[in-house]
Amino acid sequence: MTTAYLGMPTAPPGVGHLRGADRFPVAARRALANTQLRHNLAMATATIRAKRAAVVGELADWEELRAAGRAAKAGAMRQLDRYLTQLETAVGAHGGVVHWARDAIEANQIVSDLVAATGSREAVKVKSMATDEIGLNQALAAAGITAYETDLAELIVQLGHDRPSHILVPAIHRNRAEIREIFLREMAGVDPGLTDEPAALAEAARVYLRRRFLSARVGISGANFAIAETGTICVVESEGNGRMCVTLPEVLITVMGIEKVLPSWADLAVFLQLLPRSSTGERMNPYTSMWTGVTPGDGPQQFHLVLLDNGRTAALADPVGRQALHCIRCSACLNVCPVYERVGGHAYGSVYPGPIGAVLSPQLTGVEDNATLPFASSLCGACYDACPVKIDIPSVLVHLRARHVEEKRQERRVPGAEAIMMAAASWVMARPGRFAAAQRADRLGRALGRRRGRIGRLPPPLARWTQARDLPVPPAQTFRQWWRDEHGKPPPDTHREPHREHGKPPPDTHREPHREHGKRS
Amino acid sequence: MSAREEILARIRAGLAGGEPPGPGQGPDSDGAGSGPGISFRAQGHLEPDARLDLLAERLADYRALVRRASPGERGAAIGAALADRGARRLVVPPGLDLDRAALPAGTEIVTDDGLSAAELDAVDGVITGAAVAIAETGTIVLDGSPDQGRRAITLVPDYHLCIVCAGQVVEIVPEAVARLAERADRPLTWISGPSATSDIELKRVEGVHGPRTLEVILVGR
Ligand code: SF4
Repeated sequence: MTTAYLGMPTAPPGVGHLRGADRFPVAARRALANTQLRHNLAMATATIRAKRAAVVGELADWEELRAAGRAAKAGAMRQLDRYLTQLETAVGAHGGVVHWARDAIEANQIVSDLVAATGSREAVKVKSMATDEIGLNQALAAAGITAYETDLAELIVQLGHDRPSHILVPAIHRNRAEIREIFLREMAGVDPGLTDEPAALAEAARVYLRRRFLSARVGISGANFAIAETGTICVVESEGNGRMCVTLPEVLITVMGIEKVLPSWADLAVFLQLLPRSSTGERMNPYTSMWTGVTPGDGPQQFHLVLLDNGRTAALADPVGRQALHCIRCSACLNVCPVYERVGGHAYGSVYPGPIGAVLSPQLTGVEDNATLPFASSLCGACYDACPVKIDIPSVLVHLRARHVEEKRQERRVPGAEAIMMAAASWVMARPGRFAAAQRADRLGRALGRRRGRIGRLPPPLARWTQARDLPVPPAQTFRQWWRDEHGKPPPDTHREPHREHGKPPPDTHREPHREHGKRS
Repeated sequence: MSAREEILARIRAGLAGGEPPGPGQGPDSDGAGSGPGISFRAQGHLEPDARLDLLAERLADYRALVRRASPGERGAAIGAALADRGARRLVVPPGLDLDRAALPAGTEIVTDDGLSAAELDAVDGVITGAAVAIAETGTIVLDGSPDQGRRAITLVPDYHLCIVCAGQVVEIVPEAVARLAERADRPLTWISGPSATSDIELKRVEGVHGPRTLEVILVGR
């Protein structure tokens, strides 16, 4: 059963991709055994971190932009009802049709019906988190409609019968050799002499998809931003597949979470700087498409906008958790997360992996359906510092841990060992001073775990907890020490001290992560 | 209750549950930058020549080809670009000002009158103007004006030759957003370099589905 917060319905189970088959500790342990995965991830996240740091460093007003981004999102949430109806009116005034979907089931039905009404049995899709969240491709398949993913990484995932593992680069867990194998095996008509050069692989995808683009009658997209004031939808991308999907078909269907709305056109000045620099580490992404309803003689002549709740209002109802809805899906928090870098995206069991997934998925599904995710973090704070809209992910994690404990307590009346452990963890994590003290006390943990590099099992009553999660050994040195040893200079992402809000601890006490090992092996 | 009414009711009930704790929750601010104490750059500071230089540098940094021309050299620059590219059949939007005498002999200009995607796929390239260009990010914005045409013509052909005039160049993103405000309801395409992907090991590869070659003629002093 899903747990509602303040009685607000959450995303229904049995549809979409917000709940994993396994709890995080189980899935993470499996992922940790995959050395290829860890290698691929370490390479990729290191590359993107360096690129991001370079382009963020170019902007003298980065901190002001972050503050403005946060303020704009908070303002949008505070009057979300007003902005959504304003958006609806503006889209309608320009010939678009707005649909409202309480949850994944309803959204899937709306889209399936819209596609079926065109008479087409195919649709081209541009990568969208919202449609992945609701399992749209599966729903369309059940309705006899084939959805073609057109983003290169999504195509790799689709052809590999795989799941996305990163928000921005869904196939980040695959290296070039694996991608070549997938293409050779699954891509009809591919050149058997295909090499594993990224350029050759991209060319193969271009050839494979081009015919579909040129003949597609229905396009499906998500939205990065929707402007209430003007009714403008904005899609940010790199490859041109997005432009193809929103330009060439006769009918365009856009599915967006209700939290994507921004009040005013001027907000784009902020977000079109924050997003590309944070996500791909570029000054600007190659292509951004904006459209408002239907334009006679240019692009699709039918436009449908599906506004999706699916647990978002449940997140909105939690004053602390609400800020997870500010997320612009840049994936910067994944790329800096020591936990993500080791376990990869699949372990999180949801389309939203990494730090943002750990705070968003449990709120969308109800905390009890993703109860281990808020614990999938060392609270090192790197995500908060990287986040372009300043979502205080560590605080939300701590808050959700406490919610889990509270819900467990109410369920059982008597606290179990796990509840005690988690309550203690929440108490420790809630105050950085306590956290620092606990870190010092972690030497005990190191002593326990020294032999195998893992704390295999703690004595009762903590045994139940460690059985499930195979605690990593606390680090012998702090993250900053580790980085300095490794690179001979301070960590780049933490070099620029972010503006701390009043009352926050100095970065050093807050940001000492548990690394799994003192050194990378 | 309709889904619309129900979602709006959920939102209102959810918001009634309380305000987020902490700072940054002052009085309602409707736009970015209007919150208390938040001021990001709204305007650049470069002189026009330096702005044009920066645009040229940033375009090239993301692998666009760049040519500089004075207003009098515009036609010749277009001719030279087409000759170097070896492009013979070019589509143009109906409102593009083009000096046909300056084009290489044998160039065939097809004016778009609603060409199909397959027809667009068969030309060697497209020539357009631009609405706005942003120096700092190396970005060109098309707004569907008669010299830029509908979106499909700059998407399907493999080569896009774009003519940008100095007066269209701003320095930073907020200036471009402000300039485009009254055109917000037109389809806008922001282009920064040729199409690219970083999906394989996060290595940037130019040229996927959009035009694989973007060439820009900067018409300045
Ligand atoms: S939480 Fe912040 S850093 Fe993470 S994906 Fe969302 S916007 Fe980016």
